[in-house]
Amino acid sequence: MNPILEIKDLYVSIDGKQILKGINVEIGPGEVHALMGRNGSGKSTLAYALMGHPKYVVDEGRIFFRGENLLELSPDQRARKGLFLAFQYPMAVPGVSVANFLRTAVNAVNGDGGEKKSIPVSRFRKELKENMNLLKIEPSFAKRYLNDGFSGGEKKRMEVLQLAMVKPALAILDEADSGLDIDALKIVSESINRVMDGEMGTLIITHYQRILNYINPNFVHVMADGRIVASGGPELARKLETQGYEWLEGEGVSADAG
Amino acid sequence: MPVKELDVGLDEYKYGFRDPEKYVYKAKKGLSRKTVEEISWMKQEPDWMRKLRFKSLDIFEKKPLPTWGGDLTQLDFQDIYYYIKPAEKQGKTWDEVPEDIKKTFERLGIPEAERKFLAGVGAQYESEVVYHSLKKELEEKGVIFLDTDSALRKHPDLFKEYFGTVIPPADNKMAALNSAVWSGGSFIYIPAGVKVDMPLQAYFRINAERMGQFERTLIIAEEDSQVHYVEGCTAPIYDADSLHSAVVEIIVRPGARVRYTTIQNWSNNVYNLVTKRAAAYEGATMEWIDGNLGSKLTMKYPSVYLMGPKARAEILSIAFAGRNQYQDAGGKVIHGAPETSSTITSKSISKDGGRTAYRGLVKVYKGAGNIKSTVRCDALILDGESRSDTYPYMEIDEENVNIGHEATVSKIGEEQLFYLMSRGLSEQEAAIMIVNGFIEPLVKELPMEYAVEMNRLIELQMEGSVG
Ligand SMILES: Nc1ncnc2c1ncn2[C@@H]1O[C@H](COP(=O)(O)OP(=O)(O)O)[C@@H](O)[C@H]1O
Ligand SMILES: [Mg+2]
Repeated sequence: MNPILEIKDLYVSIDGKQILKGINVEIGPGEVHALMGRNGSGKSTLAYALMGHPKYVVDEGRIFFRGENLLELSPDQRARKGLFLAFQYPMAVPGVSVANFLRTAVNAVNGDGGEKKSIPVSRFRKELKENMNLLKIEPSFAKRYLNDGFSGGEKKRMEVLQLAMVKPALAILDEADSGLDIDALKIVSESINRVMDGEMGTLIITHYQRILNYINPNFVHVMADGRIVASGGPELARKLETQGYEWLEGEGVSADAG
Repeated sequence: MPVKELDVGLDEYKYGFRDPEKYVYKAKKGLSRKTVEEISWMKQEPDWMRKLRFKSLDIFEKKPLPTWGGDLTQLDFQDIYYYIKPAEKQGKTWDEVPEDIKKTFERLGIPEAERKFLAGVGAQYESEVVYHSLKKELEEKGVIFLDTDSALRKHPDLFKEYFGTVIPPADNKMAALNSAVWSGGSFIYIPAGVKVDMPLQAYFRINAERMGQFERTLIIAEEDSQVHYVEGCTAPIYDADSLHSAVVEIIVRPGARVRYTTIQNWSNNVYNLVTKRAAAYEGATMEWIDGNLGSKLTMKYPSVYLMGPKARAEILSIAFAGRNQYQDAGGKVIHGAPETSSTITSKSISKDGGRTAYRGLVKVYKGAGNIKSTVRCDALILDGESRSDTYPYMEIDEENVNIGHEATVSKIGEEQLFYLMSRGLSEQEAAIMIVNGFIEPLVKELPMEYAVEMNRLIELQMEGSVG
């Protein structure tokens, strides 16, 4: 089957500083890839570069999304093609209610655009209610201003709520688990699993193995210093859990030398 | 990601259309004793008003231009038409209004709004009010809603009792000018205990080039009464500048409540220099909601004099300055009695080199103890060329006060834009969403129809199609 996302030999820099140094990943429909690595290894940089943040400059390499060159597209065009990023640090937008924002986003991605029709209000409301229920988000949150004064955990749920409403072709979840207690982690994972149920490709970024107890990856990649230093199956994540990242660091260095 | 690059470059201001000039009377250009004489004669006014006009002209000529705020040195008072009479008589139905003028107000949506949600409407075109209406029930309750000239004829005693008492001609140079050449405006009288549920609205339209519009509004709300007055305004775009200089006086008797909402959307060649002031007595509430989107330069600081215990003032100011615009706006509250309270909230947005300023005063007289005042101003600057300043003045002569002041200036953030764009919004849609969110706390105070209008106008501004 054709991959949804192909990342080929990707080099990315920020403010002239080289961060990613040759990344290769392919994600097919229904596949779950976990991207692990220490803080500062470049995981979020990859996520931002994929979504098209203007500060993250692609120096070399290519990204294809369903065969199409993603690098030529603006972030909103990428979103409308079916790419979604759940942010590690979501931004607050004071004065814009969650419901209003979600409706705009859902219509921007799945409706609208002149050609496609916008989602009927009744269907939108129903789906919103369902998903908020599943995520155990208080109904009053629909009226609150987006991420404004939200706790860390509330922001994470809000990202997953957006994911569930937008239903993208490929989701990147950047540290969707950080700051969540065990109960919250279960709830959030359940919602993620529900959205994944199907053709969606997923890239789960995390530096703990924890969330992978609830969401089963098909592939695990380990990043160090802007490179993928190891790839394997779920067993790789378990190995990291018991042995830490250190045993890999040598390999990172040797890859550097090579 | 500077927002300005997105501008679609339509240089069309939606309300910039103009009608051919077909006037009943157009005074010669320029200001003189003769101009004032002519205006007074056209209106067949009582002698006291004629004298007041002349006295005001003298004051105007003696007073210097303000040296603070915007630059007024390019404003040539002799290059302005001070009086244009557009029609022979005022219409009581829209069909009695001359066809062109009626069409103009239809394009501005006034008759439709009137049918839908207004208790009364006044429509001023150049110097005179060409249409006026008030729901019959209100008339029967003793509510008076007239253009100011008719009020002087029909209610001379009431008029004389209040006219110029809140803002005397000598208050400032522009108030003196208005007092000398005023024409049109609204006169509202709400009898004690009468609550007007739906808004009364006036709409001011300048059509001619180099026009000066000097409407004069007087609102008297008797004890425990209530009214919401709304005004809107537009003008065509010309190369030469126009001048709008109104005076608005409001008397809010004990327990009464007046809300005055302005959505100012003049074209970018209009100097908008307006004096607005209310006196609020015991337990009364005065609210100014002041939206400034248009004009070349606006200098306007709606004020409330809190004259009786427990009187309350609320001033909400929204300003948007785009290219070649300077919005110098804010508010003033004078605490002249104990246990009075006030809130001033200002939100300003500047874009494409536009400039906004919050200028405000909170004054507390000795003896006015136990007062509470909160001032909050937030500025949003959309790009590197634009500017925002804050001039908050405080004069506190009393110790037992509770006064808070908070000011923020923010730039629209790249990260915020990126976040919204990652959800499928174009850069422009994202910027509009952020700006609408920024003003939301004020817009939600508006009746629904005006909230929609305000958001729409902001969107037009953001698209660069205004100005
Ligand atoms: N905006 C930025 N400007 C400069 N350096 C950055 C920026 N963002 C991230 N970096 C640097 O890039 C490297 C990778 O960061 P990041 O991708 O956030 O790592 P991770 O998500 O794996 O913790 C770090 O050294 C970090 O300091
Ligand atoms: Mg990160």
